[in-house]
This record gives sequence, C-alpha cells and structure tokens, in this order.
Amino acid sequence: MVKEQALDPKLRIIDMTKLYDNGDGVRNINLDVYQGEIVTMLGPSGCGKTTILRTIAGFLDITSGDITINGQSIAMLPPEKRPTAMVFQSYNLWPHMPVYENLAFGLKLRKIPKNEIAARIDEMLNLVSMAGSEKKYPAQMSGGQQQRIAIARSLLLQPEVLLMDEPFSALDAKIRGQMREELMRIQTQLGITVVFVTHDQEEAMAISHRIVVMNKGVFEQVGSPTEVYDKPGTRYVADFIGEMNFIKTDDGIEAVRPENISILKGEGRGRLQGKVRTIMVLGHFVEINVQVGDQVIKTFVQRDKYQQLGIGDTVSLDYTAGRMFQHNESIGGKV
Amino acid sequence: MFSLLNPRKHYLAVGRKKFFDFLMLAVFLLFFYGPLSNLLMLAFAELYNYPDLIPAKFGFRWWQFVLTQKTMISAVWQSFIFALTTTALSLFICLPAAYGLARYKFPGRRLVMFSFMLTNAFPKIGLYTSIGIMYYKLGLMGTFLGVVIIHMINTMMFMVWIPTGSFSNVHRQQEEAARDVGAGPFRTFIKVTLPLAMPGIAVASIYTFLGSMDEAQGTLLVGVPQFQTMPVMMYTIIADYNVMAAAVYALMMIIPTVILLILLRRYVGPDAIASGFKLK
Repeated sequence: MVKEQALDPKLRIIDMTKLYDNGDGVRNINLDVYQGEIVTMLGPSGCGKTTILRTIAGFLDITSGDITINGQSIAMLPPEKRPTAMVFQSYNLWPHMPVYENLAFGLKLRKIPKNEIAARIDEMLNLVSMAGSEKKYPAQMSGGQQQRIAIARSLLLQPEVLLMDEPFSALDAKIRGQMREELMRIQTQLGITVVFVTHDQEEAMAISHRIVVMNKGVFEQVGSPTEVYDKPGTRYVADFIGEMNFIKTDDGIEAVRPENISILKGEGRGRLQGKVRTIMVLGHFVEINVQVGDQVIKTFVQRDKYQQLGIGDTVSLDYTAGRMFQHNESIGGKV
Repeated sequence: MFSLLNPRKHYLAVGRKKFFDFLMLAVFLLFFYGPLSNLLMLAFAELYNYPDLIPAKFGFRWWQFVLTQKTMISAVWQSFIFALTTTALSLFICLPAAYGLARYKFPGRRLVMFSFMLTNAFPKIGLYTSIGIMYYKLGLMGTFLGVVIIHMINTMMFMVWIPTGSFSNVHRQQEEAARDVGAGPFRTFIKVTLPLAMPGIAVASIYTFLGSMDEAQGTLLVGVPQFQTMPVMMYTIIADYNVMAAAVYALMMIIPTVILLILLRRYVGPDAIASGFKLK
C-alpha cells in the first residue's frame, strides 16, 4: 500500500560510502525510502546504522555517492539547510530554555509570525499529549516527556524525513512501549516518512514497515518485519531477529523458531529425541529447553500444554522444515 | 563545657584524630584571619606606637588622608578600566581558543593547555623584564595596551582552562540539535553553547577581573608613571613606610572583590573551578 502511493522514493541513498580516518565506516550503501514509510536500520552497536543516519542528517560528510530527497541532492548541504529533522537518544532539548522556547527556536529562524508559532506549538503539544507544559524546563520533566517534546520539536519543522537515532533506548521498558505506540499513532496521523535506528530487534519488529538488518557496515537483508522474521536471508539475520534454533543435520544447519517445534512426551515418531533440561514459565507461554545429543533445543509451548512434562523426561521433537544454511556459513554474515 | 578549652582534657575527650583536626583548624584560622584582623585594626588606628599591642587611639584619620589624595580617584578609575578591558579582551581572545581546545582533539592539545600554565610558573619579575625589553622595541612602554597585555598574560590560564572545561561539558548533541532545526554554526554557538557554558565563563571572568585589579608588578614595570592603578599606588605608599595608610588602602581594594564574590557566589564554587582543571 505504501509503495503504491508514491512511485518515486522520498529519500534515496545512492552508492554511498562513508569512511572514517581509521578505515571503519559503511561502503556502497543503496536504499530507497518511500513517502509515509517507517524504515528501521537494525543492528548491533558499531554496525554503521548511526553513521548512515548522521550522513542523512548532515552531521557527517560522505566520502562518495549521493543522498537525495525528492530527487534533489542534499549531500553537500550543511545540517541546517537539509529538510530533515533528528530526534537524538539523549540530551535532545536545550536545558536553558523552557519547552516553549525549545519548540519555537526553529520556527523563529524561519521567520514565522509569532501568533502562528504559538498556534502551531499548541497544536503540536496536543498531538504529543504534552499540552500545558510550555513553561517547564527540560530538567523538570521525565525522560519520556522530554522525548515527546523532542519529537514535537522535530515535527514542528515539517521535515521531509524524520530521523530517529535510538530515541527510546534510554527509557524504561514500560515507557518505551508506550512511546512506540505513540510514535506509530502520530506517524499514521501525519503520514510522515521516518528513518529509525535501533539495536532492539523487538522495537524494529514493532514499529517498522521495512527493516534493514545491518552487520559490520553491510545490509544483510531489507524487508518487512514478517519477511525478515519468516524468511531470514542470512544466518546472521536468522540469529539476530527473534529466537532461533540452529539444528545440525547432515545437509547443513537448519534454522527453526522455538514456536515451530512441537514437543511430545515419550519416544514418539518425532525427528529428534531428547531429555527435558529446563522449564521456564514466561507469562503466557512456557520455554522448554531440551537436550538433544550435544545440542540444546529451545521450544515455546502454550501454558496449558506443558503440565504433563517434568525435568529429565524423555521427549520427542517435531517441526516443519526450517531454513537451511551451509555448515560453513558463519554467524558473522557475509563480511 | 569550658573544660574542653584545656588542651589535655580536650585531647582525652575527643580523641587523637579529632584533636589534631581541631588544632589544624585553629592554626588555619589564625593564619587566615590573623593578618586580616590586624589590617582592620591598623586601618582604624590613629595613634599606634611601638611596642603597644593595641593602638592608643582609633579613628578615621588615615581614611581621610587616603581619600583626599589627588591620585586616589584616578587610581580607582584606572584599576576598574584596566580590569574591565582586560576581562573583555581576554574573553574575546580566549573563548574561541577554549572552544577549539574543547571540541577538536588535535595532537599536542595537552601541551597547548599546559603551556598556559608556564607564564604562571616562571618568576614574574624575570618575565616582565624580558617583556619590558620587547616593549621598548615595540613602543608599548607606558601605553594602555602594554599594561592590558601584561594583565592578560597573568589571567590567560583561567580564561582558557575554565571555559575549556565548560565547553567540553556541553553535549555535542545539544549543538547538533540546534544545527538540525536550522541554526548556523555561529547562531548555535551564541544561542546554545555559550549560555550552557556560562557558569564557567563567569567564573573565569571573575578571576580575570580580580587578577587584573590585583596586578602590581607588571604595571609598575611597564605602566608607571603614565598609569597608576590601586595596587601600584599601594606599593608607593608602603615604600613611604606609612603602614596605616597602606592598611586603609588594602581594605579599600578588598571591597570590590568582596562585592563581586557576593554577587556571583552562585557561580564561584569548588565545582565550577574544578571543572576547568579537568584535562580530558
């Protein structure tokens, strides 16, 4: 649906290379982001996801290639001239200004009349559920509230692309969940294009239209959350996204999700035989680890189905065919 | 209660460590406030003959003497003008340097930071003499600029070190956020970086101002007779062996300092100063 609306990409990264003095960096990056999409760059720290985001924002110069927004190159523009807005992980707001001044700063620079600034800020504070906080200083607000204001500040500039650099990583798990939900509501309401960076695969799965899984400066896979989860392109992706068993077989290594493995008491006709090692109740489901030869296989079972099992019981495991990988394909991916 | 004033009883009552702490404090207080109270006594003495412990007569005679000196008003003015000019000029020169030192990690950075201490490590009089020789060649002897430069040499360390610390403490993301919403580098500096670093800059300015108010040696060498600041006049009076007038003078010189420190006490604390001496 998203792609049908706009055929031309909003943001294009074309064969972009950014190398640091020490040789680290990202090479030959190509990515198209369409109007109204949330695209998430996902990967461990040091994989280059933040580097790409900062080249889009203009905080880093690119070594070669190009970055365009609406077909116009922005690669040579300083950050203040780019139609992007960034939400940082922390230290977002200026502590010496109250919320209103924080929000009005960019609008004043754009020579927008005072009464219009006031009206827009009012509207935006309502959108991020922070109405009435105009006079507060950043230090008087919680981390989640500060991030709402930071998002409001970015949205007020009506950016072509909203950039978010691990915006919720510094927040408590509960608040983080709320913020994700809020972000999705706001994004749907405004139809804004978002490039999001996170190391949290759960967060990426939750909010994205498309996920770019990165590893050591390279795109391992680009796809929708279900594609990345159900059809991991590389062993790295299979391992990084969600829980995964890597079962050694004669042909190679078979990647099977714990929820796709069924467990039966006794020596049945399942593919694998083993003994129950641990049983952990994790809320609405139960994690049962089974020792099979020298491997431990993880399975997720519904609460109502585990009670007949005990530690040390002989069980048989069965599963539908998983994704096969070569024995020699390293977990580190292609690089 | 008064039995604790007996050293032996005190020692036994509070224990060895506390006793020595107390002793140290007593010695410190004596060293710190002793000269000051002596100064106060001298300033209000009218008749004080050796070997009396306390002056025979108290009064305002020497205050009258000092305040009616013709050069007095001009010295006060000159001191203030030199202090203000020195502070303003150091801010102008040192703040960009401090920002550069805080933001750019170039090789030899520590050495540059360290070099600002060197002027304070040398014996001043030797430094001033060699500067004096240069001044003659450059025609700076006895000029306003010449005196200001001498004052700046003394205060440069504060003006570079402390603001460098404050600038380092301004998070880069706060500057980036300003660039991101459309502010250019200069506006970002004025609107975001400078206000956030202001406490440290205020401390450095106070030290510079006070340092300049207090400077005598260098001014004496390169400024006299064209310029006579308060500390220089003080030297002249002491040279005349007028102890009471000197005491009055000294007290008068303390007044602006105390006022300044009270006004800005919020900024002048161990933390603010310490942040400037953190070499990162």
